[in-house]
Amino acid sequence: MKNHSETSKTVYYFGTCLADMVYPQAGMCGIKLLQREGIRVIYPQSQTCCGQPAYNSGFPSEAKEVALTQVRIFSGSSAPVIVPSGSCAGMMKYHYPALFRDDPEYFEVKKFSDRIYELTQYLNSVLHARYEDKGPPIRLTWHSSCHAMREMECTEDSKALIRQLENVEMVEVENEHECCGFGGTFSVKQPEISAAMVHDKAENLRATGTEKFLTGDCGCMMNINGHLEKQRSPMKGQHIAEFILERING
Amino acid sequence: MGKPNSRENIFSRLNKAVRTVPAWYPDPSPWEPARLTPKERISQFKELMTAGRSEVYPVKGDEWVAQLKKILHERRINTLTYGPETEIGKVLATEWETNDGSTRLIPWNNTIETFRDELFKIDAGITSTMGGIADGAALILWPTPEEPRLLSLVPPVHFALVRADKIFASFTEAIKKLDWAKKAPTNSLLISGPSRTADIEMILQFGVHGPTDLIVLVVE
Amino acid sequence: MDNQSKFNFKHNVEKGLADSELRSNLKFATNTLRAKRKALFADPEETHALRETGRNIKARVLSRLPKLLGKLEKNCIRNGIRVHWAETTDEANQLVLEIMDKHGAAKMVKGKSMVSEEMHLNSFLEKKGKTPLETDLGEFIIQLNNEPPSHIIVPAVHKNRRQIARIFADKIPGATYTEDVDTLLKTARKILREHYRTAHIGLSGVNFAVAETGTLCLVENEGNGRMCTTVPPVHVALMGLEKVVEKLEDVPPLYRLLCGSATGQRITTYFNMITGPRKKGERDGPTEVHLIILDNGRSKILADGQLQETLRCIRCGTCLNHCPVYTRIGGHAYQSTYPGPIGTILMPQLEGLDKKGALVTASSLCNACEEVCPVMIPIPELIRRLRNEHWDMDKKGVLKGRGSKKSILEALVWKTWKFTCTIPWINRIQLKLMGLSGGFLPEIGPLKAWTSVRTKPVFSKKSLKDLAKKEGIRHG
Repeated sequence: MKNHSETSKTVYYFGTCLADMVYPQAGMCGIKLLQREGIRVIYPQSQTCCGQPAYNSGFPSEAKEVALTQVRIFSGSSAPVIVPSGSCAGMMKYHYPALFRDDPEYFEVKKFSDRIYELTQYLNSVLHARYEDKGPPIRLTWHSSCHAMREMECTEDSKALIRQLENVEMVEVENEHECCGFGGTFSVKQPEISAAMVHDKAENLRATGTEKFLTGDCGCMMNINGHLEKQRSPMKGQHIAEFILERING
Repeated sequence: MGKPNSRENIFSRLNKAVRTVPAWYPDPSPWEPARLTPKERISQFKELMTAGRSEVYPVKGDEWVAQLKKILHERRINTLTYGPETEIGKVLATEWETNDGSTRLIPWNNTIETFRDELFKIDAGITSTMGGIADGAALILWPTPEEPRLLSLVPPVHFALVRADKIFASFTEAIKKLDWAKKAPTNSLLISGPSRTADIEMILQFGVHGPTDLIVLVVE
Repeated sequence: MDNQSKFNFKHNVEKGLADSELRSNLKFATNTLRAKRKALFADPEETHALRETGRNIKARVLSRLPKLLGKLEKNCIRNGIRVHWAETTDEANQLVLEIMDKHGAAKMVKGKSMVSEEMHLNSFLEKKGKTPLETDLGEFIIQLNNEPPSHIIVPAVHKNRRQIARIFADKIPGATYTEDVDTLLKTARKILREHYRTAHIGLSGVNFAVAETGTLCLVENEGNGRMCTTVPPVHVALMGLEKVVEKLEDVPPLYRLLCGSATGQRITTYFNMITGPRKKGERDGPTEVHLIILDNGRSKILADGQLQETLRCIRCGTCLNHCPVYTRIGGHAYQSTYPGPIGTILMPQLEGLDKKGALVTASSLCNACEEVCPVMIPIPELIRRLRNEHWDMDKKGVLKGRGSKKSILEALVWKTWKFTCTIPWINRIQLKLMGLSGGFLPEIGPLKAWTSVRTKPVFSKKSLKDLAKKEGIRHG
């Protein structure tokens, strides 16, 4: 968990491309959790993708054009930019400045990167959001994305939010620190290795004896859920924002 | 030997390449493990050496000879080699003159070429040390002409004498205090226990090539 | 699998993944090593500071590399060590052979040396009628079985006790099958001690070579390294030119980082510092010490402002233990001297992207390697760089074999993607079309790979943009 102090009455929201294409509900729930704290949320309609797919695949020029497009869409304000994904947030916060290291746009990009927060990080460490659980008792487990853990370092924030829900029992999963095998294009460039990884991850999740896992990243969720579904497992993952909103609304 | 130009070619490439490396880099911050009082050093040394499967016996002054004899007798060690010209060598020789035990004392007088075959059959060797380090822990050995390197390696049992007041807090401290960079001999060593391996299924095993037992006599 | 035969990564990966015994052996060993490392480096702040120190020491070395190598050479010669330079592995092999021939030596006992693996020294010497004998227990085991190591630190990590017992019984004359580790060890001990006694040449690697003193430092647990460098009359040490450090005070933190990262030990059994051959009056130690300093592409790596970070590596192998890819496919799948994450970035640089480029796909960029690297090499960043050079569509690459994966189709995919992500109306149309396609996309190409173990992703009819608009979320 990192230390954050500044709060802002207004925040911007970067929903991520996966939320746009596959999980719009999860993205929307993030907005609602922010609004619930009395925050005005601005969601620029022309936003697209953080650029990570191209960046990780070895196409930094294309990634940079996409990155700069996002930077400019969110320019003209110093308000925080909230991202419901540790991976996309890490890309924007740490890799954007690295990508533009030697370019005249560096300071423009850096200014944007300094505004980036992962959603649960902002809710927990900046807004100190408080939740009252209205749902029935449930046991579940947690999957952290690699970049939430190792770049944004927001895993503890996410868990702190879940721990506020008093009817929720969170079971630790073995090998929590290990990648689920998504890795963006890795899952299709090295499908066999990726398959072995997601298989082991699903095994570990199932071994918790629960039927639900929460995560802050739609990429991991699509990967793991896809595998669980293919195996006809009753277990299923849900985005943390969606889950919290369900619980506090009863 | 080798191609005559290799050295020049390598250096010419390196000299060109090194210009791409940032000239300034933050100086490495000095790394110093926890400071310890003399008493803490000794107790940590004992604790960590024991944890590394060495046997540690604290002894007072000359009592080490009696302790040594006791262990030699108990373990039925038949042969013990040593450097006859060293301090401890002289003590051993005198002791064995008057009170010959069941263990045969074999002085290392010659070069390895003439002694090698015999050395590989000897049960135990004894050496002095330059001291120990508490952070680890380990013995510091600076082999000398009188006390050759292989005394601490070839015989299956290695006895080592450490003066308690020569136990340094760390390797870093020992490097400074002993003026290691200037004074170290041809071969200097840290030894933290008996020879070991975990190459088979991560199972810790002792005595794979060198000593199976390291017996440390800490002289207080 | 021989490291010199043709490299087919896909085939190797499939073979590695299919071997359930290998997977369980690796899982057990790497879990153990990870837990031990974690226990030793328990304080995150202290560990971070130590890693920074390690990074800075090695970075400073690189910034003064030619100067320090000159100093090392001068001081080694002063100490009586004969220094040789090799631009290529062929030259290094030749140097070893010449030293052996000069002494009429047939048998060589070898301590663990990754550079000797890089040189394929054993097969070279065998072809010349020499007998190189591995003495590190792990190396000894796999040499018996005629295999290359599958791990930098634990060469036989892919083998379990039963497999090792089988190798001993099959390959050692007179040995009977036993799974008793103690007995296996005693068998090896007996054979190896006899070889130390009778070998003409001892060979070792070098973990740190101290420029200011001309000292070669060797880190080990077994004592075979000490045997190889002390018993035979001639000692040959091999080092990659990046192994030099400036001064003795640099050694303790690097040493702690090395053994802590490699095996979770505070200290290894032996830290062996060699400053020269036997001096007049000394009764043991080799009468000749040779140091062969190998370049083999390292000076070229130094020439690149980003890739040069690779040269900080101290070969601890912890990135292997923490890598979800390595622990599943095993070291042999990389068919390379250096497997795992470090191999993924180093091998394409040493051998070219045309030969080893496929390795750069073997990462989900999960950052586990970077998180534990004792000298903070940004391995994921370097993998991205190498992926870029593998395509080299913008022709800015510098490595051998750059652009060997050049693909108009791949480039087109990313160009198209870029348009959908930079031009809002195209993005809207794309989202609409995806939503309409529902789950009915044809299973070809990437989607086929995806659905081999997963269900198809179902694209939402309404995008987040649609929902936000409907909910009246402000957009400016």
